[in-house]
Amino acid sequence: MSAPAVRRRTLTVVVVYPDLLGTYGDGGNGLVLARRARWRGIDATLIQADSGRPLPRGDLYCLGGGEDGPQVRAATSLIGEGTLARAVDDGAVVLAVCAGFQLVGRSFPDAADRPHEGLGLLDVTTRKGGLRRAVGELVADIDAGAPRGRDGTPLPRLTGFENHGGVTTLGPEARPLARVVSGVGNGAGDGTEGAWAGRVVGTYLHGPVLARNVALADLLLGWALGDGGTELLAPLDDHEEDALRAERLAAAPASGRARGAGRRTAVR
Amino acid sequence: MTIRPTARPVSSRASAAVLAARAVNGLSRLLGRGSGTVIGGRAGLAVDPSLLTELGRHRRVVLVTGTNGKTTTTGMMVAALTDGDGAVATNGTGSNMPAGHVAALIGTPHADTAVLEVDEGYLGHLIEEVHPSAVVLLNLSRDQLDRIAEVRMLVDRWRAALAGLGPAGGGGAGTVVVANADDPMVTWAAGPAPDVRWVGAGQVWHEDAVGCPSCGGRIEFDDDGDWHCDTCDFARPERSAWIDGGELVLADDGRLPLDIGLPGRFNRANAAMVAVAAAALPPRPGRPAVTVATALDRLSRLGEVAGRFSTVRRRGTDVRLLLAKNPAGWTAIFDLLDESDPGSPVVLSVNARVADGYDPSWLWDVPFERLAGRTVVAAGERCRDLAVRLRYAEVDHQTVADPLEAIDAAVPGRDTGRPAPPVEFLGNYTAFATLRSRL
Repeated sequence: MSAPAVRRRTLTVVVVYPDLLGTYGDGGNGLVLARRARWRGIDATLIQADSGRPLPRGDLYCLGGGEDGPQVRAATSLIGEGTLARAVDDGAVVLAVCAGFQLVGRSFPDAADRPHEGLGLLDVTTRKGGLRRAVGELVADIDAGAPRGRDGTPLPRLTGFENHGGVTTLGPEARPLARVVSGVGNGAGDGTEGAWAGRVVGTYLHGPVLARNVALADLLLGWALGDGGTELLAPLDDHEEDALRAERLAAAPASGRARGAGRRTAVR
Repeated sequence: MTIRPTARPVSSRASAAVLAARAVNGLSRLLGRGSGTVIGGRAGLAVDPSLLTELGRHRRVVLVTGTNGKTTTTGMMVAALTDGDGAVATNGTGSNMPAGHVAALIGTPHADTAVLEVDEGYLGHLIEEVHPSAVVLLNLSRDQLDRIAEVRMLVDRWRAALAGLGPAGGGGAGTVVVANADDPMVTWAAGPAPDVRWVGAGQVWHEDAVGCPSCGGRIEFDDDGDWHCDTCDFARPERSAWIDGGELVLADDGRLPLDIGLPGRFNRANAAMVAVAAAALPPRPGRPAVTVATALDRLSRLGEVAGRFSTVRRRGTDVRLLLAKNPAGWTAIFDLLDESDPGSPVVLSVNARVADGYDPSWLWDVPFERLAGRTVVAAGERCRDLAVRLRYAEVDHQTVADPLEAIDAAVPGRDTGRPAPPVEFLGNYTAFATLRSRL
């Protein structure tokens, strides 16, 4: 499955606190990144970094979904030890999903709905939504202003499964990652899904998101490899991922059921 | 405590409710819609919302709940308590919400004992309604996150319900809680109950129990399964029984071999829980108490529960049917595969219907890497999710959506000159049920 290496590079992928933020299978994102790098001959290391010990330095950090209590503990620990913020300052790439997305923002609600300080890596703020969680398939088109893949073409539309009770509002320093076609996404009435700034990407999509959207995985790998990094990313045989994408996109509710601006509709 | 079989409920409203349930069941059968038991249960509850209380009155009721092993353990409990005289009422088909419980109790009106599998979310409700003699708490881990409460919300609800149990009175009138002491979540839930038998049944899945439910600290696990919080004094309680290899150790009564009919470590764990619970129950009138040894002896003759672990023959090849619904369950089944023929092909079948949970992301928490080197076929309605997961696990596989065709594809050609090893079929809930209905 591996393509010959153009030149040997190393890459460290860190799954952040799988013991706290590993509830929804998002640890798979780290595996997808590491394997797709190795299949291109890049010497990738995958580290599962549990809480309670220093966070290792890495080129790519993945944060996943989790429950309210562990989310607060993860944020407190990451703010206290500072490694993640320093790594981002040094150019590390971050993919943050669901609870992870919320906690890399400015603030998010704890179980008692009190605002809790986030890492501030993204200019987003999350509050509790209505009574019903957003649960179901989500399809979103990459925002026109979002980063583009190789050749400058936009990434293909995103597919994933959302399962959250938060409403996330983007501040002026964050850009939307995508525009909801079907599903809820950020839920703040502007039709956006996820956010990005610099090399930090947040999303509500599980699946895991990179298994269903390998173009996004390769975008993040290209960033992490630095200048000319995309050259190392030879095409892979992605027919199984493509088949999964096609099936899930076809299975999502029709786009006519998408949420209009300013209207928050319960799913299912 | 006098235990008297009850032919009919005492209140007239409950009598009307039972009649309504039976009428709906009869109609359902006439219309060819199956036995209609659950729909009848719903009708009965609509007429009398307290019907469960009426139906449970004067019976010994055992409740079995947990994330994994509920149906199997319920079947084992029935086997352990069946002494050849008087049926045991049970919801053996896995209909584990109140309508299913009503159906089970109406369907076996003269049984003085009931063993009920209970959905994790209904434990508190069932405790209030039927005042059980025993509650068996197996384990608690992630399952169907899009559908039911997350683990920590659930464990707090269990704890509140178990804390509300009345004190254990004389003659076994109180409720005995049989709890898996190796599972910190179960331990937290059972802690405030007045009468707990702690069993060291083991835990295959620690990932949902690293956060201390008491203080938010970190649960540290030793290699031998002992655990404690690194911050507060929450720790594994003193056990009255535990598993040591192939034996059940009773703290004050020696060792017994765990030679049971069902395969796998997790079924030995279920058997330990069942044997301790069976021995803790008040005896039936005029009958000797069931001892741990008696219960284990009866379990040695139980070969399958609701088709799980059964072997069927298809086109000259044996196919063993295995069911697992979530990462902990699949991990336990992989342990079982390690105990059997390494040459056996494995067919994996995954659906994502409402009963399975709509989001199969949990596949990425399952250690599929352990299947490397085997013949593996991905099947089921979500075979494409499985295929991608197997690709990233670097496990060679075929993808055949139809489970029966997948089984046929898994069987090697017949030129090997020796009998083909059995095919291991592993499906999640509806994938398993669908395949069984087609065999």
